[in-house]
Amino acid sequence: MRTKPLQTPLSEERVRELRVGDRVVITGVVFTARDTVHKYLAAGGDLPGGVDLRGGVIYHCGPVAVRGNDGRWQIVAAGPTTSYREEPYQAEIIRKFGLRAVIGKGGMGGKTLEALKQHGCVYLHAVGGAAQVLAECVTAVQDVWFLDEFGAPEAMWKLAVADFPAVVTMDATGNSLHELVRASSQTELARALSGSP
Amino acid sequence: MRNALLLARDCEANDSLAASVLETIHRNIDLACSRTRPICQDTGSVLFYVTAPSSFDRTAFKKLAGRCVTAATAKGWLRPNSVDPITGRNDGTNVGPGTPTFYFEDGPDPAITIKLMLKGGGCENVGAQYSLPDARLGADRNLDGCRKAVLDAVFQAQGKGCAPGVLGICIGGDRATGYEHSKIQFLRRLDDTKPDPTLRAFEEDILRSANALGIGPMGFGGKTTLLAAKACTLNRLPASYFVTVSYMCWAFRRQGVVLDQSGHITQWLYS
Repeated sequence: MRTKPLQTPLSEERVRELRVGDRVVITGVVFTARDTVHKYLAAGGDLPGGVDLRGGVIYHCGPVAVRGNDGRWQIVAAGPTTSYREEPYQAEIIRKFGLRAVIGKGGMGGKTLEALKQHGCVYLHAVGGAAQVLAECVTAVQDVWFLDEFGAPEAMWKLAVADFPAVVTMDATGNSLHELVRASSQTELARALSGSP
Repeated sequence: MRNALLLARDCEANDSLAASVLETIHRNIDLACSRTRPICQDTGSVLFYVTAPSSFDRTAFKKLAGRCVTAATAKGWLRPNSVDPITGRNDGTNVGPGTPTFYFEDGPDPAITIKLMLKGGGCENVGAQYSLPDARLGADRNLDGCRKAVLDAVFQAQGKGCAPGVLGICIGGDRATGYEHSKIQFLRRLDDTKPDPTLRAFEEDILRSANALGIGPMGFGGKTTLLAAKACTLNRLPASYFVTVSYMCWAFRRQGVVLDQSGHITQWLYS
């Protein structure tokens, strides 16, 4: 299957063309944001000065980062964290800050799916646990905010990425691979529970 | 674990999302090994399981292990994962109340066995404990009820637990020992089998039935949802009937050593 290249910042038009099942590679800039940043932004917190998320990509990730003797950060492991915990906040953050893509794992719920459709955004699934494959795609740490307040995993890291691989699992037309698999596995579960082993 | 993941890749359809996930997992394991870096950025809870003679100095071991954990964190082998739940403070050492976690057992042998498990938060969060009977599942207080509870846990975990994973199951016990012993199942070899035929059949049935759900690697759909199911029993109170399920993601990080009395490693327990 052909892989679609995505360059940040993303246009609404480009994002609305994407469909569930599309394999993509992202090049440009992504901002990590997980539980604490989502809660902070949803509660009305301000983005750090100079950060503009319009057309941007948020990555649900708490990387392992080490600081070299020269003071520069290096990302040594950077896979996605479970996205569902951001479900209460994600829709509002997509709307407020003009995100075009959210990268994570495990998929998200109906509120986020509706926001993707309404605002022109996609959910991209990276392979959970593939921290080395994905860290290899991080070419530079451009900045970090909230490091002292939130701790390293919860900080907001601005990462330059090249050919970062993911799969579209929730698109801007209202389709979700997670809903499809959930529905089919629910049918199988009902079958398994009704019969004895 | 690696062999099981290789077999799983061969079972999935060519060019499917499931196969490509398993391919990425393989590349990731290779990279982590060759670079001595974390296989997953969530290096998880740090759990030590120690079996030693009663003369073993547990306090000294805890102090030493804590220092090692802090040193490994500074090297980027462990992520700073120890967070105060009230203040949100993460001091970066990975040592604090409850972290790392230690389980000690007295052993008759002069040898000392130390096992270490790293268990990430994604798979820890999807652990579940059921109190039978469970009306929602129609699960009674018998093995069939346990089966219903465990399959429900696999269904609920989809997408969140980083499949394909391994289940640790404890039937019986109390709320605390249920989770403790469901996790201890992760110290068993992946290919071992229970001598008790009832439990052996239960494990085989869970594995087969869970994989029939079609959840697949990462919940993308596919044949491989679980690589193994490991179960144990503990006696219960007449009033209680718990079924406890712990989920281990595909990264399944564990290692163990046997030490002689002078502290030299005589055996590595997991290849």
